[in-house]
Amino acid sequence: MKRTPVIEMKGISKRFPGVVANDNISFRVYPGEIHALLGENGAGKSTLMSILAGLYRPDNGIIKVKGKVVRLDSPRKALEAGIGMIYQHFRLIEKFTVAENIVLGAPHSPAKIKRELIERETEKISQNYGLTINPGARVHQLSLGEQQRVEIIKMLYRGCEVLIMDEPTTVLTPGEVKELFQILRAMSRQGKCIVLITHKLNEVMEIADYVTVLRRGRVVGEDRIENLDESRLTRMMVAREVEYSQVQRDKAPGQVILNVDRLKVRGDLGHLAVKEASFDLRQGEIMAIAGVAGNGQKELVEALAGIRPSSGSIEYQGEEIAHLKVRQRISLGINMVPEDRIGTGLVPNLSLIDNSILRNYYKEEFLSSFFIDYKKVRRYTEGIVDKYNVYFSDLKHPVNYLSGGNLQKLLLGREIEQTPRVLLASYPVRGLDVAAAEDIYGLLLKEREKGTAILLVLEDLEDIFRIADRVAVMYQGSISGILEVNKTSIEEIGSLMVGAQLTGVENG
Amino acid sequence: MAKIKLIRREKESPLARVLVPVASVLMAFAVGWIILALAGHNPVLVYQKLYNGALGSPYAISETIVKAIPLMIAGLAVSLAFRMKLWNIGAEGQIYIGALAASWIALNLGQSSGPLVILPLMMIAAFAAGASWGLIPGVLRAYWQVNETIITLMLNYVAIYWVDYLIFGPWKDPNSMGFPLTPIFSAAAQLPTWGDSRVHLGLLLAIIIAILFYLGIQYTRWGYEVRVMGQSPSAARYAGMNVTKNIMLVMLISGGIAGIAGMIEVSGITHRLQQGISPGYGYTAIIVAWLSRLNPLAIIMVAFLFGALLVGGFAVQLVGVSFSITQVLQGTVLFFLLAGEIFINYKIVLSHKEVL
Ligand SMILES: Nc1ncnc2c1ncn2[C@@H]1O[C@H](COP(=O)(O)OP(=O)(O)OP(=O)(O)O)[C@@H](O)[C@H]1O
Ligand SMILES: [Mg+2]
Repeated sequence: MKRTPVIEMKGISKRFPGVVANDNISFRVYPGEIHALLGENGAGKSTLMSILAGLYRPDNGIIKVKGKVVRLDSPRKALEAGIGMIYQHFRLIEKFTVAENIVLGAPHSPAKIKRELIERETEKISQNYGLTINPGARVHQLSLGEQQRVEIIKMLYRGCEVLIMDEPTTVLTPGEVKELFQILRAMSRQGKCIVLITHKLNEVMEIADYVTVLRRGRVVGEDRIENLDESRLTRMMVAREVEYSQVQRDKAPGQVILNVDRLKVRGDLGHLAVKEASFDLRQGEIMAIAGVAGNGQKELVEALAGIRPSSGSIEYQGEEIAHLKVRQRISLGINMVPEDRIGTGLVPNLSLIDNSILRNYYKEEFLSSFFIDYKKVRRYTEGIVDKYNVYFSDLKHPVNYLSGGNLQKLLLGREIEQTPRVLLASYPVRGLDVAAAEDIYGLLLKEREKGTAILLVLEDLEDIFRIADRVAVMYQGSISGILEVNKTSIEEIGSLMVGAQLTGVENG
Repeated sequence: MAKIKLIRREKESPLARVLVPVASVLMAFAVGWIILALAGHNPVLVYQKLYNGALGSPYAISETIVKAIPLMIAGLAVSLAFRMKLWNIGAEGQIYIGALAASWIALNLGQSSGPLVILPLMMIAAFAAGASWGLIPGVLRAYWQVNETIITLMLNYVAIYWVDYLIFGPWKDPNSMGFPLTPIFSAAAQLPTWGDSRVHLGLLLAIIIAILFYLGIQYTRWGYEVRVMGQSPSAARYAGMNVTKNIMLVMLISGGIAGIAGMIEVSGITHRLQQGISPGYGYTAIIVAWLSRLNPLAIIMVAFLFGALLVGGFAVQLVGVSFSITQVLQGTVLFFLLAGEIFINYKIVLSHKEVL
């Protein structure tokens, strides 16, 4: 039996200044299929799907929906053809209710919005796919997982047959990921198609029916999931073996370098984001912070780096440093890689050269009389990009031309180059492909060998087991447990992340 | 079927950077031609007058420069603030308050000191006054997140009314037969001019400010901070920069430079404080700054173009074209210049292939 694909893209090419993002790509999705789209950073996945969602126009190629050639000039046209995309950054209006967000901008939404009607519609969709949500709740009260559900309902309400999701699981808790996958399976059973972009191979193995792999803008492989495994997928993606880093936990623990006692930190909205955090950090160890995003990890790290005020005590080698400013902490050797890579960690429109001195531009070594000595700075930048394998086309180009992995290497390289004694890093491999992620972990493990104390906010529990010596779990602004990684389990950490008490878990 | 498409340029083309504005101005004049003809004027004659008035003789050019100088200085002033995404639209008021402070020095000390003392003093006073006018919204913004756009705009009126109050009242020249003018400044308080033209030392000052601005932003630590803070305040905090302090400092310097534009107008042109020392230079400067993309050297040239438009506009009125028509002409040029911006970033492509 030969089925017609719901989506057929043929010979799609798309060029951006200086790169061929898609090069003669063919891509098909069949009814009820969960199709994973894989590839390294910059392989062209988002570009291809943005073309399908009507956001970009291809330079060449045709798109067929259910066998008919269509022009997808705008996201609206794509939606009319039954194609909807959910982006990593949700596009919801925070102050509106779930139901309002769902009808807003829908093609057939009534001019006057009738609340009961919408809520009934929402209810119907929710039940159909097991998407539980309160239609009257306001979006800003919802967790990221719930907001994602709103986005899905929004698409279904618009009659979407093909749902594209760009890295949907990066912001979810393990529990939410499970729920999402159940929803996707329910949708697939009812004949809807899902295209999933992700870097997490275990998820691909778990959920996908079919896989297409891109490299440098071309399709380099596609197959049914039964014929694949993680290592084959990796080889297809990066065309080489990736060596997985693994921490060696045979050293005796080093001396305590940082001692945090009853730290309280306020968040942007003025609430207590960190209610009480006490822990110590030793030289030559990696301590991971696990927890659902938004439980105070960001505020904790920012407070330690001196970017955010805090109360309570932070002792560095026995001396109180809670009152010290950012620069004083840098000069003590406390360095940080923020969660927001581009925008906080790096300045998007400034060059690699300018960005390489963001945290030490004021040092005398870069100065000659009144001016910054850009010859010296250039040499310094060249040193960083060489040592940390940053690929770039021109040091004078703005950094936002760099791919995610290269951004992170530049950022981490810049911080490591300042010889930290304490290194704080938030989600250092978020959004990076397998190879890039291993490069970053490799750098961090090397730092650990040098005796640097490392605090890592991580989301992937399996990574924690490979990389960390200890793990502190944060829940609602408090540390709900600190555990030796080789004496715990993913399940134990998982339950601490959602509020279980340490003792309760041990007894049970 | 051929299709017209706009494609983003891979790199900003330096040639387009020059050609596009030139073409824009030419197209504006083509449209202006039609407007003039419809209004019953002879376009050839009007354009001849416009050209002659603005650029046709050494005198015309000198007058164009005279108008361009305050636009240069005020344009540099606002572009510094704009670099940090601080919307200082108060250059007009800063010009007036600077003129007021400079006049105070000139009127009180002008008789007793030489130019080498009095002129720098006037400049310092003008800078300080303009700086305070910039600092008020700067402090409000830095500490309480009060929108600087509104405050700078409102302070414009405060400054203009202060000048009015003084020239109608306490500072009025007893011999002015009732006109709202201060007495004329002593020779020591007047900026030297070039030959017998009205081009004064302010031109050199504007160029020096432009060079300092360029070097300062591009090569000093403080300039680095301004670039980072303008792009990304959160990166600035991460780098340990003092954003609060710099908001105030930048607003202070921006206001101060605009204040100097006021000083050079009273000291170089009117030689007294009077009404209308700035016919909206502070506002035109905003357009000059944007068209120049906040690039200090481009500001010097764009300000010259705007000076020519102003001066040419006066000349045209002499052949019976109404003031409003000249304003329409100026508006058309502006419209085309701004609309032309898109062709600097995009290029037009005729594609013959059907794209699906
Ligand atoms: N709007 C754009 N303008 C210019 N270049 C772009 C644009 N969008 C993407 N690119 C470039 O096109 C290439 C493909 O990018 P794309 O975002 O599709 O990759 P990706 O596979 O989604 O990568 P990632 O896993 O990092 O999200 C990259 O080299 C990228 O730099
Ligand atoms: Mg992508």
